[in-house]
Amino acid sequence: MESCLKNGEACPQLLDLIPREREWLVKRADERSSEEKKLELRLGPPGEEWCLGETAKTADNRERDESLLSVGYSSNGNQQNHKFSSPENLQSGSVWFNQQVSQQAKATPFLQFASKTVPPPPPPPPPQSLPVMAKESSQPCCIKVAVDLQQSAEKKAFSPPAPANTAVPNSSQKRTAPGPVVGWPPIRSFRKNLGSSSSSKPASDSQNEGPSEKVVGEKPVETCKKGMFVKINMDGVPIGRKVDLQAYDSYEKLSTAVDELFRGLLTAQRDSSAGGIMSEQKEEKANIGILNRSGEYTLVYEDNEGDRMLVGDVPWQMFVSTVKRLRVLKSSEVSALSLGSNKQGKESMK
Amino acid sequence: MLRMASSFPEEVLEHVFSFIHSDKDRNAISLVCKSWYEVERWCRRRIFVGNCYAVSPPMVIRRFPELRSVELKGKPHFADFNLVPDGWGGYVFPWIEAMANAYPWLEEIRLKRMVVTDETLELIAKSFKNFKVLVLSSCEGFSTDGLAAIAANCRNLKELDLRESEVDDPSGHWLSHFPDSFASLVSLNISCLGSEVSFSALERLVGRCPNLSTLRLNRAVPLDKLANILRRAPQLVELGTGAYSAELRPDVFSSLAGAFSGCKELRSLSGFWDAVPGYLPAIYPICSSVTSLNLSYATVQSPDLIKLVSQCQSLQRLWVLDYIEDVGLEALASFCKDLRELRVFPSDPFALEPNVSLTEQGLVSVSAGCPKLHSVLYFCRQMTNDALVTIAKNRPNMTRFRLCIIEPRTPDYITLQPLDDGFGAIVEHCKDLQRLSLSGLLTDHVFEYIGTHAKKLEMLSVAFAGDSDLGLHHVLSGCENLRKLEIRDCPFGDKALLVNAAKLETMRSLWMSSCSVSFGACKLLGQKMPRLNVEVIDERGPPDSRPESCPVEKLYIYRTIAGPRFDMPGFVWTMDEDSALRLS
Repeated sequence: MESCLKNGEACPQLLDLIPREREWLVKRADERSSEEKKLELRLGPPGEEWCLGETAKTADNRERDESLLSVGYSSNGNQQNHKFSSPENLQSGSVWFNQQVSQQAKATPFLQFASKTVPPPPPPPPPQSLPVMAKESSQPCCIKVAVDLQQSAEKKAFSPPAPANTAVPNSSQKRTAPGPVVGWPPIRSFRKNLGSSSSSKPASDSQNEGPSEKVVGEKPVETCKKGMFVKINMDGVPIGRKVDLQAYDSYEKLSTAVDELFRGLLTAQRDSSAGGIMSEQKEEKANIGILNRSGEYTLVYEDNEGDRMLVGDVPWQMFVSTVKRLRVLKSSEVSALSLGSNKQGKESMK
Repeated sequence: MLRMASSFPEEVLEHVFSFIHSDKDRNAISLVCKSWYEVERWCRRRIFVGNCYAVSPPMVIRRFPELRSVELKGKPHFADFNLVPDGWGGYVFPWIEAMANAYPWLEEIRLKRMVVTDETLELIAKSFKNFKVLVLSSCEGFSTDGLAAIAANCRNLKELDLRESEVDDPSGHWLSHFPDSFASLVSLNISCLGSEVSFSALERLVGRCPNLSTLRLNRAVPLDKLANILRRAPQLVELGTGAYSAELRPDVFSSLAGAFSGCKELRSLSGFWDAVPGYLPAIYPICSSVTSLNLSYATVQSPDLIKLVSQCQSLQRLWVLDYIEDVGLEALASFCKDLRELRVFPSDPFALEPNVSLTEQGLVSVSAGCPKLHSVLYFCRQMTNDALVTIAKNRPNMTRFRLCIIEPRTPDYITLQPLDDGFGAIVEHCKDLQRLSLSGLLTDHVFEYIGTHAKKLEMLSVAFAGDSDLGLHHVLSGCENLRKLEIRDCPFGDKALLVNAAKLETMRSLWMSSCSVSFGACKLLGQKMPRLNVEVIDERGPPDSRPESCPVEKLYIYRTIAGPRFDMPGFVWTMDEDSALRLS
């Protein structure tokens, strides 16, 4: 406490800019002793968000529940209600909740879209019993989180369902709890590669083998070992992603995955640019079939010779062994490009 | 002092300064007086820039006209874990362009987390006549075409190190661009390359470089080629093998073992992708002198790891997967008394249940058995306060302690308490701690401990911890030597940041993602602190389209004397004075 006050005197601060600063510092002093005062410090935005948080919670899996609930205080919901009903209102707000909210908003169109097949899940069902599709539909909530290997790990666990059998609960699912969080655990992607390709290797680790074998099984061992993350970019989305080709065994599954990968980003972008939420149909349309060439987007790739090719033109295995980089193009722009042996492709790719 | 300084001929001072190599000392010298500043800047040969946006190339060139060696860092550390979107920045081209004119005699370029294009590499290749060292660490954006340009043009190249970079490698033929007369290579690290290199070119290159001491191959180099390479370079000190797997055949084994035992100088081994345990004994003959062993790609189980480690009694550094398990770490503790650095990586980080028997106990054993241990990176799934206290008491000499309990917010699994006291003990006992990564269930108390005790801490990584602004406030107000702070998913917000605004100018950078800092606070900070670049990274679109109280997705703050950068992509906004006015 002393150091804090000293600091306050010594350094230029922006105290004057925060009206309640003094109060805050005072509160710090007896913080330990009074739980209630501590709560007052955390003034959240009014209750609306809390409701939304609740929604996110039900739509989501257990792990996300935990993260919601453990914000700030690791204790019970009462306290949180207390916190949010607090009348004061600081600029700072409580971001975590806001963030949940915005993510929720972002995901809304898709949730509607997806939930046509599945009724909204009843309030907290035991996670294990979540139907696969419900799980899938919750993904966009954390789309900015669900990338990379986590994504693919998920895919492995729930080998992507064909639409027809979505309602069948996947009893073998292994990942019940953690909604994948991007960048956690903090491991470089080349280590993830290593882990994923080798995780089925140690004979002792039998638990692991089921799901991954299912996906990887039909591939030659060589590909399986070297299967790598491939960069993927989409027109109109500034941020690239990576996909693990090992996690898929067909163009369809890749297409589904790519759809999911970019849907959230694209939606968010449109929302902010169009100033509103897209109509469902449009959203739906935008995401149908990256592979069938009548869709709004087309998936192309750069092969190991630097040529740009249409995804789907060669057998899957050949594709996997030659692809260097993926790109989702507006279909209108694809026709303008000459694909195949176009060396310029390489230039424009980067 | 002043008179003495001015009466000394500059040459004398220059000569004296030439014995002073540490950047810190050189900086201190330049602060003594104007004449020392002048002399020092003219004889400074190397600089390190920890953030390429903290200063502009013309500023560096103006002050240090005679540089030979430049080291630059680009993206924030969290870029390693995919938290920094592609296209964020960190482009080295403007630097190279400026230096190409200013420093024709530049010899060394070391880059970390920067975007390097083939064009850049070509410019390097043709601009610097006596270019010797190129280290690209965790860089991206270039291909083997650029490397071919380096190979073809840098006749005096001694070191080419691509460690952990992401290289587009359409062909392995770039190696054959080294001219036949080229023989100066001392160090070559191509371990990150995905595709096969031209093997004959590699063999010839290795064979004609008598001073080659470091060679790190990539996974595409098969085991049966290794013996040949080793025979051509018995002088090697550091070796990274390629894939270490082959069908077990006595003739292959004995040839390999023979080749290894011919390399008497070997001290460091890495690689070992897909290692087949049966071939590990091939390196036993040289193990007793090995000081550094990176087995973090070797998916080998505990018994084989124990056999290997027990051969390496001089070992100082070990990187290994958690397959080593507690029992292996216990063996390590009893055999390797000289161990200084230990990293244990997870073999299956996304599994829900532990796939190996690696707990807090393994780390406790090593901390008890290895008195020189001072650097730890440890991934595990369970921890206790008791264990951390024991480790802290065993190893007060710890300088780097990074613990990652894989599941966020995991408490002490015995008492179910937060790990505050455990990490508190670490900072209290380890007086020289410079780097710390926290994990597990943590409240604001742990940050109070850190602020109170961690006076030498330079870099702190925090995730899923704390309860309020107070946590961040303790750290910013208490850690006097803090340079880098990276935080994700913590309820830290405006107040702690604004109260400690001045502290941020003393640090290199602060990263906060998924925290509680509002856009309004970012604006305020940018407005009031002109020497800070306050950059908001938001993939949801312009932050001013949301209420000011709305928290920003990601925030990167760094001090700079160069002003706002000019290469920001569409998802980054800088909160400078103008933009703050414009937005408000």
